[in-house]
Amino acid sequence: MPDKFRKTILTVIFIGFLFVVAWLADNYLDEYVMRVVRTGLIYVIAAVGYNLINGIAGQFSLGPNGFMALGGYMVALLMLPVEQKEFVWFLQPLIWPFRVFSLTKPFFPLAVALGGVAGALGALVVGVPSLRLRGDYLAIATFGFSQIIIVLANNLIPVTNGALGIKGIPEYANVYRCLAWAIVTVIITSNLANSSYGRAMKSVRDDEVAAEAMGIPIFRHKLLAFVVSGFFAGVAGGLMASLITTVSPSLFSFSMTFNLLIIIVLGGLGSTTGSAITAFAFTLLSEALRFVESPITIGPIDIPGIAGMRMLVFSLLLVLLMIFYRRGLFGKKELSWDWVVSRFGNSNRQGVGTWPHKTEQS
Amino acid sequence: MASQNGAILALDSVSVSFGGLVAVSDFDFTLGKGELVGLIGPNGAGKTTVFNIITGQYEPVRGKVFFRGRDITGWRPDRVTCAGIARTFQNMRLFEGLTVLDNVLVSRHSKLRSSMLAAALNLPGYVREEQVARTKAMELLDRVGLMDLAYTEAGSLPYGQQRRVEIARALAADPEVLLLDEPAAGMNPEETARLMEFICGVRDEFGLTILLIEHDMKLVMGICERIRVIDYGMSIAEGTPEEIQGNPKVISAYLGEEACEYA
Repeated sequence: MPDKFRKTILTVIFIGFLFVVAWLADNYLDEYVMRVVRTGLIYVIAAVGYNLINGIAGQFSLGPNGFMALGGYMVALLMLPVEQKEFVWFLQPLIWPFRVFSLTKPFFPLAVALGGVAGALGALVVGVPSLRLRGDYLAIATFGFSQIIIVLANNLIPVTNGALGIKGIPEYANVYRCLAWAIVTVIITSNLANSSYGRAMKSVRDDEVAAEAMGIPIFRHKLLAFVVSGFFAGVAGGLMASLITTVSPSLFSFSMTFNLLIIIVLGGLGSTTGSAITAFAFTLLSEALRFVESPITIGPIDIPGIAGMRMLVFSLLLVLLMIFYRRGLFGKKELSWDWVVSRFGNSNRQGVGTWPHKTEQS
Repeated sequence: MASQNGAILALDSVSVSFGGLVAVSDFDFTLGKGELVGLIGPNGAGKTTVFNIITGQYEPVRGKVFFRGRDITGWRPDRVTCAGIARTFQNMRLFEGLTVLDNVLVSRHSKLRSSMLAAALNLPGYVREEQVARTKAMELLDRVGLMDLAYTEAGSLPYGQQRRVEIARALAADPEVLLLDEPAAGMNPEETARLMEFICGVRDEFGLTILLIEHDMKLVMGICERIRVIDYGMSIAEGTPEEIQGNPKVISAYLGEEACEYA
């Protein structure tokens, strides 16, 4: 018990430290860098949620961009000021409840949470028919459903304003709010992954027949993982809408899912902390690599700027990683206090490294 | 046929076929409370199919399965397990990515009362339940002598130990009936002898009824009170180990196989 208490203290201190770093960054770094940081934090939320269904429950979903779109549109509809709504929907009026009200800034967290609920409901509707499928078939079914959501976004003009999108969403997704949501996502997901429910999901991933024979209702647990995953996708989509201040179908295209898939595979399928760290690093790196797309002169060689060179670099990284670290950077392992202490702690605190043996036998 | 009164598990003329192949036909069987019964027969005779019918992996085309007088035919496997029938697998199906302890804890999940939200927020009620489940799982691991390996990845254990994890995992589901599918496969004689002792021990300790499939005749004849022989999906004999050993039908069913093996 004291060890558990110590770990809670460490976690609280670490969270405080993250907020201090966020405050320093917010005050001393320029607007461009902070945008990248916020995008990185949003990717953390999306990737950690996506890892729950793909890595922990082992169900190959290709749907998160659809659920992010649901969350994004939800937040846009809730937060967009009423005058702006009249301005945006000039061809066809916006449907009723959203036309007459909008939430003020203090309710932004509520709007994001409702964006999550929209994602979760979407996941429920998609999951009930498609989670009966396995492997490639499930991937195709979820891909299809997320495409349907995007097609609907393009054509349901009274709700989404079609391909023109919705502009002028208030930019409330500052670095503190993004960080807070990211922390909540990581804590809840890792608690869940380490809980009895998480074990049940992992057992379904490892062997469905055996899981069912051990009393696990497999469909129910796949659906639970899918819905929670949809919730966090919705949250990420909602924050992204407020960060970019516009939503349109093209923002939530399939390339979003593809990026998330790269992140969770790089981070190690099944590792929550791996997904979180990789998501943040991936976003920073993809911005840092922008220079490869500008014209470069190396000695006598002139390379013209080529758009898309970044993806070439990422593809190479992915190929190399799959050759040398087939299970991703973290494998299925988690970055935990036990690991940190056993790795960096001094000898008189060795007991903490072997914590599970000590308390769990009691 | 044995009377169905007092039987904890009863199969009533059950048949299963895959495509045109009849795997098990008109199979009657009863298991009395506290019995230890062996199910034997040549390879491909349909022994594991009988297990799969009992646990709900296969639905019989004809016939019914009764557990404690209740018709459980066509129930989903997880429901059957929660009702009180647990099994092990012939080709071991451990959750290889999970630790030994987590493998056993998976079987406790169906007993959990806390909601997923309580688990995700680590609420006190859930934490208490988890603690109880862990204590229980550690006791079981102690019983099978694997406590030291509780935090090892199950897939990395040697064969014999994986078999023991499987039994601990099945026991963790609090079964009344335990189905063991070739528990001694791949074990050396010494390990088999210890396994026999262990099976008899847990039966008495947990008040279990055990049905086991096994090719190791020394084990079957040594611990089973009653043996059922099945060949080509049909029952060909039943009786005490002595009766079975002298039964001409059984000898011929097995001789064919042995002749093939020695050829």
